[in-house]
Amino acid sequence: MNKPEFSLAELMIVAASEAWRNNGELLASGLGIIPRLAASLAKLTHSPELLMTDSEAYLVEEPIPVGPRGDYVPKYAGYMPFERVFDCVWHGRRHAMVGPTQIDRWAQTNLSVVGDYKKPKVAMLGVRGLPGNSINHRNSFFVPSHSAKVFVADEVDMVSGVGFKPERWGPGMRHDLMGIGVAVTDLCVMDWKGPDNAPRVVSLHPGVDFELVQERTGFPLLKADDLAETRHPTTDQLALIQRLDPHNLRAKQLKGNPAGIRTTEEVRA
Amino acid sequence: MNKLMTVADVVGQLRDGMTIGFGGWGPRRKPMAIVREILRSDVKDLTVVAYGGPEVGMLCAAGKVRKLIFGFATMDAIPLEPYFRKARQAGTLDVMELDEGLFQWGLKAAAMRLPFLPARAGLATDVLTHNPELKTIASPYADGEVLLAMPALNLDVAFVHVNCADRLGNTLITGHDAYFDQHFARAAQQCFVSAETVVERLEMDASTARLSTFERSLVTGVVEAPLGAHPTYCGPEYGWDLQHLKAYSDSAGEEGGWQRYLETYVNCSDADYLERNGGAERISGLPLPIF
Repeated sequence: MNKPEFSLAELMIVAASEAWRNNGELLASGLGIIPRLAASLAKLTHSPELLMTDSEAYLVEEPIPVGPRGDYVPKYAGYMPFERVFDCVWHGRRHAMVGPTQIDRWAQTNLSVVGDYKKPKVAMLGVRGLPGNSINHRNSFFVPSHSAKVFVADEVDMVSGVGFKPERWGPGMRHDLMGIGVAVTDLCVMDWKGPDNAPRVVSLHPGVDFELVQERTGFPLLKADDLAETRHPTTDQLALIQRLDPHNLRAKQLKGNPAGIRTTEEVRA
Repeated sequence: MNKLMTVADVVGQLRDGMTIGFGGWGPRRKPMAIVREILRSDVKDLTVVAYGGPEVGMLCAAGKVRKLIFGFATMDAIPLEPYFRKARQAGTLDVMELDEGLFQWGLKAAAMRLPFLPARAGLATDVLTHNPELKTIASPYADGEVLLAMPALNLDVAFVHVNCADRLGNTLITGHDAYFDQHFARAAQQCFVSAETVVERLEMDASTARLSTFERSLVTGVVEAPLGAHPTYCGPEYGWDLQHLKAYSDSAGEEGGWQRYLETYVNCSDADYLERNGGAERISGLPLPIF
């Protein structure tokens, strides 16, 4: 049998969908096209128990395709306006995958500003829901362009989402409700399951070596014991992704829509 | 009882230095007709409280905002709000940056006339570092947990845009999400509502009555403002005007861009405004966004 061809975006969707495996019955929120397709794929394959929304105000029992829907009618399963999302967040039964601007070695995240807080070099969105999400439930990260600008050498410029830095936690504050899943990047999959929550590389995308990931990361990384190549999408997974993304919006999410299998030279280019 | 007012009447109630809140969410159901009237007024030194969209950027561009209390400022399809960024990057804007759930908690505290509500959101982040006025509190119970005490976000005035209202101040939000408008209404001394349509008296059945999310006793005045959320999204009537928002966004990068925007879209009559945006028919036909 021929092996299927796939794009890097499709490889990342499949890798990211693994974030929600064995999570139980919780709200899976993928923010952005690739994370959303990943959550949808998770629900359609290994984790049908996941809750999901139409990205506006309703729960749906069947993941909604992204982009213009034609005559597709959503299968509503309940109501989930923003106010109820917050209830759900604070209750903790949610796992979101978000795309922060900066992430540090402690898994702290930033979506607010780059540079000095009073007079920032770059003002982004604001902290949005990161403080509440990060302290209340598990979060994973999506990083379309892995670099030391995202995975910063020091602490992120404005800690918007909490992480494992002990000095940040005052006495009496509960940090047992937070959880960090994985970071899925265009180079690899990482987690924070090393000793003392140290960041580790769990799998490398085709053509990527550990040294390259380390070069493009501002802080030291460990290799997971079972460090392997990121699993390739199967024909079935690719067909489901096509159904969830009929307009191929996934092709516009990564610069140049790279192929899933690249040579070391192509990756380094 | 007749609470019908004009936008000029409403904005005439504002005083320099007031704390004002805007309902809606990002580029969704913002009371833009009222915002444009504020832009035309002399009022200044405002503290603006909002889940921010273009109203925040416009008020910043016009130099009306002394302090912004917010969790984000965005236009969704255009993620970064250009004039908010300009003001923020110039270092001239005083900000209280909050988690969006914590923000809701502040409005709820105000709505319930409490000094604060406890929360976890914001602990162990720079939300605390940069807002030294935010305090923590230990649970008085056996757990002793240390929590953030989110102070009430008391508003002088709240502005909300709804789909329908009547002269008594009854309102219906027929879009998919009422956002946090009811908390804005309750957190404020005075709440002014603009509406796509205003009728003498709303006639409801039990299912439509559920679309009324706050009591008329909270409503000080009602303004009839058809298409009054433009260029933001006002489902189910019309979608956001991406063409307008893009031109607005681009203007921030152009020499004299804000002045031109003001002259074209703010310092003009309602009829001119509609015409310059392709007419009422075009706006009411703007497709609803697909999320």
